[in-house]
Amino acid sequence: MAANPMTQFEVYRIGPEIKIGDFDISFTNSSLFMVISSLAILIIFNLGSKKNSMLPNKLQLMAELSYTFVSKMISDTAGSKARPYFAFIFSLFMFVLFCNMFGMIPYSFTVTSHIIVTFVLAGFIFIGVTIIGFIKHGFGYLKLFVPSGVPVVLLPLIVVIEIISYLSRPISLSVRLFANMMAGHTMMKVFGGFVISLGIVGGWLPLSFSVALTGLEILVAFLQAYVFAILTCIYLNDALNLHH
Amino acid sequence: MIKKIFFQLIFFNFFFIKKVFAAESGGMPQLNPEFWISQVFWLTLTFGLLYVVLSKLILPKISKNLELRKSQIQENIEAAEKQRESSESKLKEYDDIVLKSKLEAKNIFKNIREKVLKDINSKKEILDKQIDQEVKKVEEEIEVLKKSAPEKINKIAIETSSELVKKLIGAEINNSSISAIVDDLSKRNGDKYYGN
Repeated sequence: MAANPMTQFEVYRIGPEIKIGDFDISFTNSSLFMVISSLAILIIFNLGSKKNSMLPNKLQLMAELSYTFVSKMISDTAGSKARPYFAFIFSLFMFVLFCNMFGMIPYSFTVTSHIIVTFVLAGFIFIGVTIIGFIKHGFGYLKLFVPSGVPVVLLPLIVVIEIISYLSRPISLSVRLFANMMAGHTMMKVFGGFVISLGIVGGWLPLSFSVALTGLEILVAFLQAYVFAILTCIYLNDALNLHH
Repeated sequence: MIKKIFFQLIFFNFFFIKKVFAAESGGMPQLNPEFWISQVFWLTLTFGLLYVVLSKLILPKISKNLELRKSQIQENIEAAEKQRESSESKLKEYDDIVLKSKLEAKNIFKNIREKVLKDINSKKEILDKQIDQEVKKVEEEIEVLKKSAPEKINKIAIETSSELVKKLIGAEINNSSISAIVDDLSKRNGDKYYGN
């Protein structure tokens, strides 16, 4: 029997049903993996920052390398003004990365393969960046939609396009992550199903595909977390340093 | 032939499985809004807590650690630089000392050499003087001997002559006549005998 490749994305309740008013906020497998990812991040970085030795041990080195990696990413894309948002981007990058990576473990659940999760993250970033932009530049932030050096005739069209592209940011950001994760995991499941149904004779080809795909998916898991974080930095850069 | 059958098997199997999947799949669970509220709630909770703990507790510690290490490394580098400079100056000092002592040794050697040469010269002079004196003394003695030699010879000649005459003829002859003959002979042949 070949399992449905989409069943891995199903959310189910763990434990009792919790309700606040009409809202169901029960603890689910998705919540479980959010908690696991957060805890893993906290434990690793707590252990990695506990004692400061001149020669760092492996955990400390990892924590410090991640710190400098994200720090460099932010200063490269958004400049020194983005320093106060470092903690947020660092948490975001780590959360997405760990959720993606935990999703790579067989029989686990990928939190970021759900559009609602990525959309909430992206929506929060979008709203936050817009608020920061208006606080920093007031109504001058609207100049973002009016690029300089554009012929006046084309201006109405350009402004409309700019506004649409700005508003579609949360959608593109969330769908990119969600679609990548979902597609990758579906593919792996499909090839895994092939291995079972083709058996010992023909199963080797999809098995080798599956192995290759696992490597690819780990790469994608990292890459998508990186893209998510770096796009956040770019949006933040638009809000902090108005270029247009 | 076997290969062909094998690949056909795989190919048709793909078709077969795809049909099975198509029959079983029933849409995306992601679009089922049953647990959306729950996911949003737990996401906010976990991510919020993660953000708070990371930003308030962990990240400052990491940044402090990094800065501490950086400053420590900087300090170490500076200390190493200082030590290098001091060792360089000490090396220079050492070289100077070696050069100085070499010069001193040369000087001392030169001085001693001169002194020794002087010593040798003075001693040589004294020795020469002594030798000269001795030679003079001896020469004088020789001179005295030379001067006294003809008289003695004459005396001996007179005595032997008188003795000879006595033995030959048995007569005593006056010494003064013999001495007159000897004097005469020695005056005539003195140059031949004494080389004066």
